[in-house]
Amino acid sequence: MQELDTAGLGSVRVTRQSDTVVILEKDLATEQMVLAMGPQHPSTHGVLKLECLTDGEVITQAEPYLGYLHRCFEKCCENVDYPAVVPYTDRLDYLAGMNSEFAYAITVEKLLDIEIPRRVEFIRVIVAELNRIASHLVAIGTYGIDLGAFTPFLFCFRDREIILGLLEWASGARMLYNYIWVGGLAYDVPADFLKRVKEFVNYFRPKTVELCELLTKNEIFVKRTLGIGIMPADVAINYGWSGPMLRGSGVKWDLRRNDPYSIYPELDFKVPVPDGKDSVIGDCLSRHLVRAWEMDESLKIIEQCIDKIPSAEGFNPRSAIPKRIRPKAGEVYGRAENPRGELGFYIESDGKSTKPVRCKARSSCFVNLSAMKDLSKGQLIPDLVAIIGSIDIVLGEVDR
Amino acid sequence: MSTMALSQFSIPFLMGNSLNAWSDALAGFYLFGLPLGLVILAAIPLVFIALYSLTYGVYGERKISAFMQDRLGPMEVGKWGILQTIADILKLLQKEDIVPASADKFLFVVGPGILFVGSFLAFAVLPFSSAFIGANLNVGLFFAIGIVAIEVVGILAAGWGSNNKWSLYGAVRSVAQIVSYEIPAAIALLCGAMMAGTLDMQKITMLQSGAYGFAHFFLFQSPIAWLPFLIYFIASLAEVNRAPFDIPEAESELVAGYFTEYTGMKFAVIFLAEYGSMFMVSAIISIVFLGGWNSPLPNLGGFALNDWTNGPVWGAFWIITKGFFFIFVQMWLRWTLPRLRVDQLMYLCWKVLTPFAFISFVLTAIWEVYRP
Repeated sequence: MQELDTAGLGSVRVTRQSDTVVILEKDLATEQMVLAMGPQHPSTHGVLKLECLTDGEVITQAEPYLGYLHRCFEKCCENVDYPAVVPYTDRLDYLAGMNSEFAYAITVEKLLDIEIPRRVEFIRVIVAELNRIASHLVAIGTYGIDLGAFTPFLFCFRDREIILGLLEWASGARMLYNYIWVGGLAYDVPADFLKRVKEFVNYFRPKTVELCELLTKNEIFVKRTLGIGIMPADVAINYGWSGPMLRGSGVKWDLRRNDPYSIYPELDFKVPVPDGKDSVIGDCLSRHLVRAWEMDESLKIIEQCIDKIPSAEGFNPRSAIPKRIRPKAGEVYGRAENPRGELGFYIESDGKSTKPVRCKARSSCFVNLSAMKDLSKGQLIPDLVAIIGSIDIVLGEVDR
Repeated sequence: MSTMALSQFSIPFLMGNSLNAWSDALAGFYLFGLPLGLVILAAIPLVFIALYSLTYGVYGERKISAFMQDRLGPMEVGKWGILQTIADILKLLQKEDIVPASADKFLFVVGPGILFVGSFLAFAVLPFSSAFIGANLNVGLFFAIGIVAIEVVGILAAGWGSNNKWSLYGAVRSVAQIVSYEIPAAIALLCGAMMAGTLDMQKITMLQSGAYGFAHFFLFQSPIAWLPFLIYFIASLAEVNRAPFDIPEAESELVAGYFTEYTGMKFAVIFLAEYGSMFMVSAIISIVFLGGWNSPLPNLGGFALNDWTNGPVWGAFWIITKGFFFIFVQMWLRWTLPRLRVDQLMYLCWKVLTPFAFISFVLTAIWEVYRP
C-alpha cells in the first residue's frame, strides 16, 4: 500500500498488483475558499476588508485591503493654514480627537519654537488623558463584542458618555473637538470642570474593577484570547508597532516617557507591560490587559494634574497663539503617544507660506495593521476576529 | 379555607381532574364530521409559542437585557414600550420577501419551515397540565429528543440554500454542534427516564407528585441527579444555539450565520423557532428533573399548600413558570458570557460533557438498584 498525492486533489491510497495500480481509497478533495471579510462586516471595526483564503475554518492567508475611508488628509493640509489643519486631525483617530490635536499642536510649536503657558499644558494633558480613557473604553468594549460579550460594551459606553459630556462641556463638541490649538487652547475650561473631572475619577475607579471582573477575568474570555495571535517583541519592533500593541509584546516603550513632551516628565505614572503571569507575552490578552492597566495610569495622571494645575487668575488660553503662523523654512517631525500608538506629524515649511508645504501623518493603526498577514496565518476565523479586535484599529486613521 | 373551596369548585368546572381530561375531550370533538378538536389541540401550542415569544421572548428579553446593561430598553411604543414587539411584527410583515437571485429557491423557502416544524413538533409531547397533552405517547421523551434533530435539516437547508459563504459556515457549525450535543443531552435525560422507569411524559411527571412538593422532584430524589441536570442544561443551551454556544449565528464572526440572507416573515419564522426551542428545552428539563406541572410547595401541617396549588390550571401555571425561569437563566447567561470558539465547543462536548454524562448514567443506575 502506498500513498500518492494528486496535486492538491487529496491523497489517494493505492496498491500495486503486478503492473496495474489499484485505487483502494480516495480522500475527499478539499479546496480553498476565498472569503471576503468586510468592508461591511460587524467585526472589522469600520470599513476594513480582509480577503481571506480559508481551508475549512482555518485561514491560510489574510490580506487587508484599505482605502475605503480615504479622505486625502495630507493633500487637504497643503491647502489650508496651519491652524485650520487642527479640525482635520480630529478626523484621523475620531475616537481620540484630543490626542491627535495634541500631537499636531506640539509638532507645529516645535517648528515655531514658542513657549506655552503652564496652565495650557496641564489642561491639554487632562483632556488628552480623559480622551485616552474614552478611547480605551471603546477598544475594550468592542473587543468584548467581538468575542460575543455584549454587556461590557454597554457598561463601557455608559462611562465613556460621561467623558464625552465633560469634553463637550469644555470644547462644545463630543468627538471632533477643535479644542487644542497651535500655541494654546480654544477656551479655558469651564469653572467647575476640574471638580467634575475629579468626581469622575472617583466614580470610575470602582467601575474599572467591575469591568475587570466581568470581562478580563471571565474564563471564556481568557480562553478565547490567551495565547492567540502571539507577536514576539523583535518582530513587533521590526514592523514598527507602537503603543499598547508594542507594550503588549513586552517592550517598555511609551513616548510620554521615552521622548517626553509637555509636562509628562513631571508626572508620576508607570508604563505597564505584561509580566507573563496572567498572559502569554505578546498575545491578544496581553494587549487587552495593557489597555486596561493604562486606564488606571491615566486616572493617576489626571489626579496629579488637577492637584498641580496653576490657577485660572489672569489666564488667557490664547495668549501664546501667534497672530499669523508662518514658520521659517525647515522641517520637523513631532510625535505623541496616542491611545493606539505613536501618532507622528512630519511638517515641511518653505518659510514664505502660511500653509504647510507637506504635512504627513504617521498613523499608528496603519502600521499596527500591517502585521495582520503574519498574525492571521493558520488561525481560525473566530481567532482572526479576536486578533483584529486586539489590534484596535480606527479606520479613520488607517486610511486618512 | 377559601382557597380550598376554590380548587374544589374549579374541578367540576374544568371538566374533571382525571389525566388528560381536556385534551381527550378536544380530541373527541367533531363538527360536521370534521375533527375540529384535533386542529384546536394542535393550535394551542402554536398560539402559546406566538404569544410567549411576543411578550416574554422578545419584549421580556429586551427589557431584561436592558436592566442588566443599565439601559431602559424599548420605551417609545406604548407605555414602557409594551407595544414595541407588535410594531416590529407589523414592520416585518410589510417587508419585501427577498430571495437572493443566486439562492437555491426551494431550499431557501423550505428551510425556515422545517426549522419551525422541528421545534413545534416537540410541543406535541409536552404535558402542559395534568389535563392537557397534545399526544400522550408512551415514548414521549424519546420523541422529544429525536424530533429536535429535524431542526438540523432546516438549518442546513437554510444555510446551503442561501448560497452565502457566511450562511454555509453557520449551517455547518450548527449541524456539527447540534448533532454532537444531542449525545450528552440524551444520556442526561436517560438518567431521568431511568429514575422514572418510563418514557411517558405524563407518567414521569406523576411520579414526582407528593405531599412534600419539591422534595419529590427527581432533582432531589437522588444524590447525583444534579449532574445530569447540569449536563442537560448546558447541552440544551448548545442545542438551541444560545450563548455562550451561539457560534452558528455568531454575529461578530459570521454576520448572522445561517439566516444572514433572510428577511421579512421568513426571518420572523426562524426567530419564532428559536424561541419555541428555548421553551421546549426549558419545559423538558423541568418535566424530567423538576416535576413538570407539580407544585413545588410542600404541605406544612395545616397549611396544605401543595393540595391547594395543584390541579389542571395550577399545573399549566407551574410548568410555564418553570419553563420561563429557565428561559430567564438562558437570557442571563447570554448577556453575561462571551462566546466559545468552535473547537472549544467540541472539546466541551466530547471530552467533558459526554464522559460525565456516562458517569452520571452509571451512578444513577447504581443508585436506582441499591436505593435504600
